[in-house]
Amino acid sequence: MTAAALDTQPLNAGLLGDDERRHRLAMFGLSVPAMLLVALVLLVPFSWLAWLSLFDASGALSAENYARLLRPAYVNSFVSTLEVAALVTGVCILLGYPVAYLLSQLPKRAAQILLVFVILPFWTSVLVRTYAWLVLLQREGIINTWLKQLGLISESLPLVNNLTGTVIGMVHVMLPFLILPLYASMRAIDPVYLRAAANCGASPAQAFRQVFLPLSAPGLGAGAALTFVLCLGFYLTPALLGGGRVAMWSTQIADAVAKFANWGAASALSVALLVVTGLILWLMKWGVRRLGTSLGER
Amino acid sequence: MTSGAVSIRNVSKAFGTFTALDNVSLDIEPGEFLTLLGPSGSGKTTLLNVIAGFERPDSGSLLVDGVEFITKPPHKRDLGMVFQNYALFPHMDVFNNVAYPLKLRGLAAAETRERVRQALETVQMAHLSGRRITELSGGQKQRVALARAIVFEPKLLLMDEPLSALDKNLREHMQIELKRLHDRLGMTTIYVTHDQQEALTMSNRIAVLRNGGIVQLDTPKHIYDRPNCRFVASFMGETRMLPVGRSGDGYEFAGRRLKLAQPPSAADAQWLVVRPERLGWHGDEARDNRIDGLVVDVVYRGDSHSISLKLPGDHEISIRRAPTEDKPLPEPGQTLTLWLKPEASVLVEEAP
Repeated sequence: MTAAALDTQPLNAGLLGDDERRHRLAMFGLSVPAMLLVALVLLVPFSWLAWLSLFDASGALSAENYARLLRPAYVNSFVSTLEVAALVTGVCILLGYPVAYLLSQLPKRAAQILLVFVILPFWTSVLVRTYAWLVLLQREGIINTWLKQLGLISESLPLVNNLTGTVIGMVHVMLPFLILPLYASMRAIDPVYLRAAANCGASPAQAFRQVFLPLSAPGLGAGAALTFVLCLGFYLTPALLGGGRVAMWSTQIADAVAKFANWGAASALSVALLVVTGLILWLMKWGVRRLGTSLGER
Repeated sequence: MTSGAVSIRNVSKAFGTFTALDNVSLDIEPGEFLTLLGPSGSGKTTLLNVIAGFERPDSGSLLVDGVEFITKPPHKRDLGMVFQNYALFPHMDVFNNVAYPLKLRGLAAAETRERVRQALETVQMAHLSGRRITELSGGQKQRVALARAIVFEPKLLLMDEPLSALDKNLREHMQIELKRLHDRLGMTTIYVTHDQQEALTMSNRIAVLRNGGIVQLDTPKHIYDRPNCRFVASFMGETRMLPVGRSGDGYEFAGRRLKLAQPPSAADAQWLVVRPERLGWHGDEARDNRIDGLVVDVVYRGDSHSISLKLPGDHEISIRRAPTEDKPLPEPGQTLTLWLKPEASVLVEEAP
């Protein structure tokens, strides 16, 4: 190669460019199996489902399945799904926030041991846990029997086959989903902020409300969003503990398939649930950001 | 305004078997800038945390203007504090961070705004009062943290290594600025650092700490020029210690009797303090102390050359050679004679 050629052609540019392309191709190649798996088990079934929702019982293309969603029975079950999810999320926050706070203030070792008790329910099947609640809560179950023996009540309390039983069972399943992200975010809050607040003149209660609570808001939002969204599609526990009296969106989907063999209706319900879930997640993400700043400026 | 006199009496604190503070007593004058200087683990931060109320000592007393503070919770102490990593609230903007202490004190909105503006002007940050904390540079955070600490006009200002996260140029600039601010506001300031340069630049007095106790408490000049022990001497400046021997009623090094301007403060002095800037290229055999050594290496440092010398007994010292020096630059392997004036020849003992 001559000196003139070296001046016009940057040294090894072609070679380095090829190397860069090969590197990118290799990285892309590594992600191919995962992408195939996602496509196969997620995108293909869902597209098929969405496709099904566009045809009526006779097989003709129509919006009938979506029009049906506006009937009172479906609208009511949709509203009650949101209500149950909000109620369960609310109870989880009330129960989970103090637990996460306690864990975050303990020495790391002690917290790790106690965390095992939070995660413990994960190791048991939801089905087993739900049936266990059935045994505990039923008319002549352990709780009602004890309360009667203690003389606190004379008649059995209706604890199951209704909203109460559903909420109790769902809270039990959902609590770890709220506590874990909340605990992680509380751990990340530097204790020096509380010292700084105290130094500024804040009592422990004021420091908690004005500094710790706003700083834990993003973690609380993440945990609450996760809990809420999981509740929206929760089937097993509402079906078993609700005794058919709690009409959730998920039980409607099951009924559409199992009782009426109407795949079109079930598909439309599923698509609607997915869209609503996505919308709520997006709204919450936006809301949590606002919450953090507004609490700080109060 | 109350004066801000601090009196620390016999404060001890142990963490398990580790003694963080060992019976420390210290009096701080109103309006004084006092620095707690020491290596990590010396107890300086623990002492500051005891004063701020974040650490409960095992025993002792803390009087601020004659009032016992030792069991007072931190939020009732009315002390300003600048934390090491500033601890500015990330969910509040600059204005709300500085306004926070005033809001807690129930000040009216108009007065709060005015005092925050003044505090931010004092640290030249008024133009950024609407910024989010995450949008500030290290130096700007430093200023906001300072504004938050002084906005409620505390009689006592505590600073825990506030400049350690800044780069060297900004750190030196902020040292001067903090010193000027202290001169202007006049509040008693207790400053914690492990940086001897910072301590020397800003303080009225320095307390050098080691293993939970105060080793020496004095003005910067005395701490530097008249250290009372080997630890303090080697903590300040680029110090090398040379062991000295007794020679009759005096002292000798490498066979030469040392000429001293004043007798050493301690009876059993064992070390000669040698710092590069105190060594001279020219001297008088009859008046000054002579040190001969073998040049080991010569390093170019931009503003000067740094020359390392090997002395008898395997000791090494170094000297700077300014470009204006008329003696020629020595080469490694040559023998070099250096001079130490009697007033710059300080002998210290091993421990006070």
